[in-house]
Amino acid sequence: MDEYRLLEMRGIDKTFPGVRALQHVDFTLNKGEIHALMGENGAGKSTLIKVLTGVYSKDAGTIRLDGEEVKIHSPQDAQNAGISTVYQEITLCPNLSVAENMFIGRGNGKITNWREMNDRAKALLERLDIPAKATQQLANCSIAVQQMVAIARAIDMECKVLILDEPTSSLDEQEVEKLFGLMRDLKAMGVGIIFVTHFLDQVYEVCDKITVLRDGQLVGEYEIRDLPRVQLVAKMLGKEMDDLSDIKGEHEAYHSPDADMKIFEAVKLQSNAGIKPFNFYINKGEVNGFTGLLGSGRSECVRAIFGADRVIGGKVKVKGKAVKIHKPKDAMKNGIAYLPEDRKVDGIIGDLSVRENIILALQVMKGFFKPFTKAQAYAFADEYIKKLNIKTASADTPIKSLSGGNQQKVILARWLLMHPEYLILDEPTRGIDVGTKVDIQKLVLELASGGMSITFISSETDEMLRTCSRLIVMRDRKVVGELSGEDLTQSMIMSTIAGGESDE
Amino acid sequence: MSNNDTKAPANKFLTVVKKVVSHQMFIPIMALLILAIVNLAFDPNFFKITLGKNNAGNPILSGPLITILDYGAETAILAIGMTLVTAAAGGQDISVGATIAIAGSAMLRVLCGTNPSPDTIQAPIIVAFLVACLVGMACGAFNGALVSFFKIQPMIATLILFTAGRSIAAWINLNKLPVVPDPKFAYFGGIIPGIPVPTPIFIMIACVLIMALILKFTNLGLYTQSVGINEKSAKLNGINPILIKFIAFVILGLCVAVAALIKVSRISTINYSVIAKDIEMDAILAVALGGNALSGGKFNMWASILGAYVFQFLTTTLYKFNIASSALPAYKATVVILLVFFSAPKVRETIGKGFKKLKESIGKSSKGAAGKASEGEA
Repeated sequence: MDEYRLLEMRGIDKTFPGVRALQHVDFTLNKGEIHALMGENGAGKSTLIKVLTGVYSKDAGTIRLDGEEVKIHSPQDAQNAGISTVYQEITLCPNLSVAENMFIGRGNGKITNWREMNDRAKALLERLDIPAKATQQLANCSIAVQQMVAIARAIDMECKVLILDEPTSSLDEQEVEKLFGLMRDLKAMGVGIIFVTHFLDQVYEVCDKITVLRDGQLVGEYEIRDLPRVQLVAKMLGKEMDDLSDIKGEHEAYHSPDADMKIFEAVKLQSNAGIKPFNFYINKGEVNGFTGLLGSGRSECVRAIFGADRVIGGKVKVKGKAVKIHKPKDAMKNGIAYLPEDRKVDGIIGDLSVRENIILALQVMKGFFKPFTKAQAYAFADEYIKKLNIKTASADTPIKSLSGGNQQKVILARWLLMHPEYLILDEPTRGIDVGTKVDIQKLVLELASGGMSITFISSETDEMLRTCSRLIVMRDRKVVGELSGEDLTQSMIMSTIAGGESDE
Repeated sequence: MSNNDTKAPANKFLTVVKKVVSHQMFIPIMALLILAIVNLAFDPNFFKITLGKNNAGNPILSGPLITILDYGAETAILAIGMTLVTAAAGGQDISVGATIAIAGSAMLRVLCGTNPSPDTIQAPIIVAFLVACLVGMACGAFNGALVSFFKIQPMIATLILFTAGRSIAAWINLNKLPVVPDPKFAYFGGIIPGIPVPTPIFIMIACVLIMALILKFTNLGLYTQSVGINEKSAKLNGINPILIKFIAFVILGLCVAVAALIKVSRISTINYSVIAKDIEMDAILAVALGGNALSGGKFNMWASILGAYVFQFLTTTLYKFNIASSALPAYKATVVILLVFFSAPKVRETIGKGFKKLKESIGKSSKGAAGKASEGEA
């Protein structure tokens, strides 16, 4: 092997209070290699990157660069060692020129030779074939060009290792192509590139090797040709294909004369959140779900259904009648409830009491001029505190002082109180303890057998299989398949997420 | 056993004390009490209210307490609107002084027409007041639109009218200072013949009552707090945050019109550059003194109104002590900083925690003592 080991990270440990974010993780990067770092949320990708760039200090382990051990205590150390990072959000100054952005904060800062700076910037831009003028204001460049300028800035700092953390999430296809061209050029120059992304297609287009992390542990390092997509998805999700193919969820069958009535139907629905138009329907008493990797557009789809994002196209029918859903209140009026993905940001009203949080949605439905009496509000709150077994000191306790699982139950209570016909649960079990998770799954099945239609989204495929009778599979912000009946297996989900091996 | 019996009530007492101390109304009520005691100590007649006659021979109650209630009325009324704006938008309206000038000027324009000193009023007072209400609400709507639709920082948005308001007020009456000839107009800022209590007190009470009814019979409180605490959540629950913020500003505009009526009525004319000067800061302080977070969210309307009176009480007290008027602001500032410090949610939380610890330590020591006693018996 004539591979030259540029970067070696060995036995990296990092613990945060209560979480072992990285456990003995190894990572190796060769010269002139594009190396994908893959894993679901919470796998430890960003922690590893932050240890490497000096944002976090590691608890144990060694980092070797060019065979010599380096100590990285700050982002400045990392830069001096030749490790540059380009983050998802562009961290440049849009009001300065391209050249200024490339050279800002460098040199000894006494005198700036503007002409020399512009000349050097121009040379670099030409060398990297970036379509921008050195003196142009950065804000006038497209996002892709800004991203490339950020990379140019990183490279000019004599970088050996370039870390690209989700650089493509805000780019369109042509812009991504340009970026990949630049990455290949850099690879030819011998720069080692660490590429973090959620897009599988991109990994297979541009990378040489893949390192997979899961739950803070190294799953393995693979040559791209040795790891088919299905295998990669399996490794990321932590399920081996063979083990899982025969696991079946315990579906409780639901029978009713009106079981095939379409409670909700959408045709070519599209929102401003960047998803491709999609078709969707749900029957009465059905539990279905959107599945796909993180960032595949699952949440965006249900947000479009509820009117949480701005709907920009498509037709919607509720119980066969055409309706218009522009804002959450429209959806609520049509009997649709939505438990959002991010409980803290979109769900709870932190300083208000459990009681006020529970009655909020129903109160809004009832109307501004018809507040519930205190007695009514307490009755509602106490009923659901008991029903969902919410652990709270009293109905007057501020919701923010409850544990995550109990906060989630309060939000669930809020929507159940509305007695919706169609309930959307977006990651209702994220970040809560196992007991509560099972409670919520049981509740979902129970509600469905009572005739409520439910869309259930979860990052844990197990959960989806246990609860859903039909899964809509998403990849790269579009619906790529639908599974039901016998196709509802881990392996089918994975192969559908991964997509055809052949589509290059 | 006897030991435990004596400790238990002490514990209970501490729990009650903690509840009282950590209540939002505690600081403003405490401040009022301290001010009252200080005043009583130096002047036993402080609370004496005498029934006298004014120049026109009408009966009038007088005494420091009446003065406080009378002159604090405008700030208290503004505090109502300011509390809503603060809660919903997480910022303050600094233009209320200037908009009082605008609303007051509009009122005078309707009452006096183009003649600065007419012999009779040109329109009924009620019409003038309704016009002032419309003008006040229009100013509120302007501020509200900037804050809610265009997402401009409340202070920046209201800076526009803060700067331009008094010029607009002067322009409405072409820079003349009309004087209202009708003595009835003076009733609103003075007294109604035969009723010895100053009218502003009644107006203030009416405003507070109306607000109490609104808060009881609508969801204004719940919606406003939801928007102030978590706008995204509120939106996903079907509340329209833009509308709620806008309404808060319009309500403040209405409060401005009422305050303008009192202010203008007190002197039956207007002085564009000094009318209601700095009253916006007093209203904001009232909200803060009431222990409401200026960053928005949860609010307690009654605490704000009390806060307004704490401030007026302080001012009257300082006047009584013959503090040089040039030194007055410094004294006020000192007291205000103390009050704001103690009513800050963070400080109240810490005090609450302190009590908890105290309680625990008492609990422990009583247990320890009981343990030792039983050992001794053995």
